[in-house]
Amino acid sequence: MPSEYTVEPHIQYASLEHQGDSAQDCMWVFLATETVFFGAIIFTYFLYRVFYSAEFDVAGKDAVFWCGSVNIGILLTSSLTMVLAVNSGAQGRRRAMIWWLIATMALGFIFMAVKGYEYYQDFTDRVVPAVNFLMKPEEAPAGELFWDFYWIATALHAIHLTIGLALIAYVLLWRIRRGEITPEYYQPLEVIAIYWSFVDTVWLFLYPSIYLLGRS
Amino acid sequence: MSVEAAQPADFAQPSYLDSGHTIRSWLLTTDHKRIAMMFLASITFWFFIGGMAATLVRLSLATPDGLLQPDIFNRAFTMHGIIMVWLFLIPSIPATLGNFFVPIMIGAHDLAFPRLNLLSLYVFNLSGLVVLYAVLLGGVDTGWYFYTPYSTLYSNSYVFAAAMAIFINGYSSILTGLNFVVTVHKLRAPGMTWSRLPLFVWAIYAVSVVMLLATPALAMDMILLGADRIMGLGMFDPSRGGDPLLWQHMFWFYSHPAVYIMILPGMGVVSEVISCYSRRPIFGYGGMATSMMAIAVLGFFVWAHHMFTAGISIYSAVVFSLMSFVVGVPSAIKVFNWTVSLHKGSIIFDAPMIYAIGFILLFTIGGLTGLMLATLAVDIHVHDTYFVVAHFHYIMVGGAVSAFFAGLHYWWPKITGRLYPEAVARFTALLTFVGFNVTFFPQFVLGYLGMPRRYYAYPPQWQSWNVLSSAGASILAVAYALPLFYLGWSLLYGKRAGPNPWGATGLEWTTPSPPPEHNFAVTPVVTLGPYSYDPEDGSYRTQDGTHYAL
Amino acid sequence: MYHWMPFWPRTAANTGHAINSLFVAELALSLAVLAMVVGMIASFGFVYRRGSAASRADLTKKTWHFEIGWTSATFLLFLVAFIWGSYVYIWAYQTPPGNLEIYVVAKQFMWKFEHPGGQREIDTLHVPAGQSIRLVLASEDVIHALYIPAFRLQRDVIPGTYETLWFKAERPGTYRLECAEFCGTQHAHMDGAVIVMPPPDYARWLAERGIHESLAEQGEKLFRARGCSGCHGANSTVHAPSLVGVYGTLVHLQDGTVRRADEKYLRECILNPRSFTVAGYPPVMPDFSGQLSEDDLIELIAYIRSLNSQNAGSAP
Repeated sequence: MPSEYTVEPHIQYASLEHQGDSAQDCMWVFLATETVFFGAIIFTYFLYRVFYSAEFDVAGKDAVFWCGSVNIGILLTSSLTMVLAVNSGAQGRRRAMIWWLIATMALGFIFMAVKGYEYYQDFTDRVVPAVNFLMKPEEAPAGELFWDFYWIATALHAIHLTIGLALIAYVLLWRIRRGEITPEYYQPLEVIAIYWSFVDTVWLFLYPSIYLLGRS
Repeated sequence: MSVEAAQPADFAQPSYLDSGHTIRSWLLTTDHKRIAMMFLASITFWFFIGGMAATLVRLSLATPDGLLQPDIFNRAFTMHGIIMVWLFLIPSIPATLGNFFVPIMIGAHDLAFPRLNLLSLYVFNLSGLVVLYAVLLGGVDTGWYFYTPYSTLYSNSYVFAAAMAIFINGYSSILTGLNFVVTVHKLRAPGMTWSRLPLFVWAIYAVSVVMLLATPALAMDMILLGADRIMGLGMFDPSRGGDPLLWQHMFWFYSHPAVYIMILPGMGVVSEVISCYSRRPIFGYGGMATSMMAIAVLGFFVWAHHMFTAGISIYSAVVFSLMSFVVGVPSAIKVFNWTVSLHKGSIIFDAPMIYAIGFILLFTIGGLTGLMLATLAVDIHVHDTYFVVAHFHYIMVGGAVSAFFAGLHYWWPKITGRLYPEAVARFTALLTFVGFNVTFFPQFVLGYLGMPRRYYAYPPQWQSWNVLSSAGASILAVAYALPLFYLGWSLLYGKRAGPNPWGATGLEWTTPSPPPEHNFAVTPVVTLGPYSYDPEDGSYRTQDGTHYAL
Repeated sequence: MYHWMPFWPRTAANTGHAINSLFVAELALSLAVLAMVVGMIASFGFVYRRGSAASRADLTKKTWHFEIGWTSATFLLFLVAFIWGSYVYIWAYQTPPGNLEIYVVAKQFMWKFEHPGGQREIDTLHVPAGQSIRLVLASEDVIHALYIPAFRLQRDVIPGTYETLWFKAERPGTYRLECAEFCGTQHAHMDGAVIVMPPPDYARWLAERGIHESLAEQGEKLFRARGCSGCHGANSTVHAPSLVGVYGTLVHLQDGTVRRADEKYLRECILNPRSFTVAGYPPVMPDFSGQLSEDDLIELIAYIRSLNSQNAGSAP
């Protein structure tokens, strides 16, 4: 376990702190773009929901409520474990940092497993547009739009989550193993944590939109 | 001419062109200047491909029945639009001149994220390959805006491939924008405050904000379009509950800011050039910087002016018309400020200045006709006619392309270490201006006469105007091809340039021509604002404080 | 009035004159601004060319005064143009009830015009001069746009809904009509003509087309054939809203919203009844989406409109 690895800032930066600040700035700006990206589809979904509230309510009843709810619990917890990982890193508690990161990844994998099971359920429930879809008379014709948005939005979310998992794996197996994350410079970890919280936040918007609205 | 060299240590290092001679050192470079050059090669390639598509269109329109088959014509104008917008105009100034000069102008050694910059180049080239794939398969015929339900349900063309290409291209913009924003936030040299930033840097910053906030909406648009097209989802099909107009709103929400992406960098270039060739500070620096940021922000609130005849509510149309006029105010401020920046200057009409003055005139005409289009009642008549085509070509070609050439010539000595031949360049600049007007002014007339756009054939009484426009296009083609030759010639035979052949004041002119790999051996310290020219005695000061007599 | 201007296209309708005046005013203003900019660039470029003797002393430092000045002037002029343009737009686009209603169906690549008396034409539209004509526009497939340059008028025709357009043609003659929204391969040939005739000639033309069933009569046949009269007819036992006099009135829907019963509303009810259930009625109307063509819908709506005249005092 290397302990005296020194990291030099890249030439355009005056110090490691400067470099770290810039990386954080970058992640926040990038998340602004992601907000517009997911915002566009969420906005469009709400537009159609307002046009077709009755049909969307009927369509939404087939969403697998327990899967969505378990998943929001999992993701919120994973954000907690991620923050604990960063805190441990900032305080130099290397083992705790590694275990909290592993916990975060595990929760992420559980999310994907639950989501995968839910997708399987959706397939058997015949709510997959263009692949296996049965239109109920009360939801015709716009009810299928609910499912169009469901599949596209949750698939994009899952892709972003997968990227998050890959980033955690990268920081564990590359940066931390080489001892490049220290209390003096733990910005890569912080930046990934900010991204992970964003993925969690997206689910905070998708969950009520898909699973809660109309279900009363 | 110079009293003292500001950065003697720089002159001992090899230039960026000489640090590494292998292909690998170029393809895997992190040097923003090399990446800028590779972008320049790509966008030049696409400019000529898009130009060939335009040539096909104008040749065909020389006769009323059209020379091309209608399907081929429809694909030609669509590919012209897609290629020129996404593969040429949007990256043109930011990815070439911006990439090259923003770090140097703020006194940095590179961009904040050099590897992201390289990624942006490869993502861009990938998107170009996918566009080529779509073209070779047979192209798209929907027009560059893919209006639904024609594009999702009826078009027999490669909509999905085109949508995927544009989706990928968007990420190139986003990466570039990210890099510039963080660079300007974090990498300014000591003393380079926001109010000392050259207007070109302000322009690139403003453009980056727009790129970052608008392009993700385009990405989502392309996902929805592609999914709808390939899986038959019916999101824009009225018989399945979809709304065709929703596509228009979503698309224009990105595409209107996109047109500001295409013009803002040009505005920055023009400010640099006018200041240098008038030998005086730009009039109203604060107003110029503020107006660019205002255009960037206000540009997000006008999108439905593309939909005035589409059946949107009359009252929302009124709101969008008002916002469209409001966004014209900062542009008007800029035109007045540039014009008055000639007052009490010491003006020389070299090629960059001719292009810059051409920009002011052509942008003014484009902008005034834009106001006519913003006027609701006039738009009822000229919407979707050649009037609109002429309007946007005046801005994007007369404006943005002229500014691109102005910047390319202005900074050519710095980029290549060679001077371009001035007489040929001046002639070319004038030829461009003449050819442009002969091509596009008749289109204003055609539009008011009632010739719709995207028509492969038209009634014979409109032929003379069309022939005039096509004739102008041939002049323009020559004017655009000439720089390839004389700039290419200058690379081999041009006179070698010193660090500051024009006596300009930006930090980039304190480095050697061409600059070394990391721009500065020692980070400069900035003590002055930009444009410290004194027209009375012809002296000037570069931003690090060095004084130069005439 | 502006025919003395070179290349000026003919103007043949009331909307055209209003738009002409506005355009010419903007053109004049634009030429003035352009002349000013060109003049300034030319004179500064000459007087202050390098090496000239003009004084460069005392560069203006306080630029704010000028900037506020020309910004305010610009904005004021813009406001005038904006207000004028909005006023004309609202007048031109708010379709009043017309003397004559003509239904238009756009499809790739032709225009079908249906006069209320049942006369149908393809690509050519005969109208009487001096009367307020109301067009109801429908599309069978993609987005088209009906554009009549001599009237300075156009409107997109969106599938899935109705748009309306109105004009009063003044000058008899033949005027070009075109499609102004890209709709496919033969978009450039989706053109035709508007033939404006003095009213007696128009009446004669209508008569010459032969005796037809009016659109409303055809609609009545369809109303029975498709079973609409089973619920909405006078002798029906099903609790369904009466359609007599409904056109143009305000309807209260189940979800609390209120809609005006115009062509667009009636079309939506027929194709998607569940979303437009009238308050107090059961949501049992079957939907006819996919079963009725645009022509069928127009006939049904024409019939429903004709029920107004059976009910005195029910005009909107």
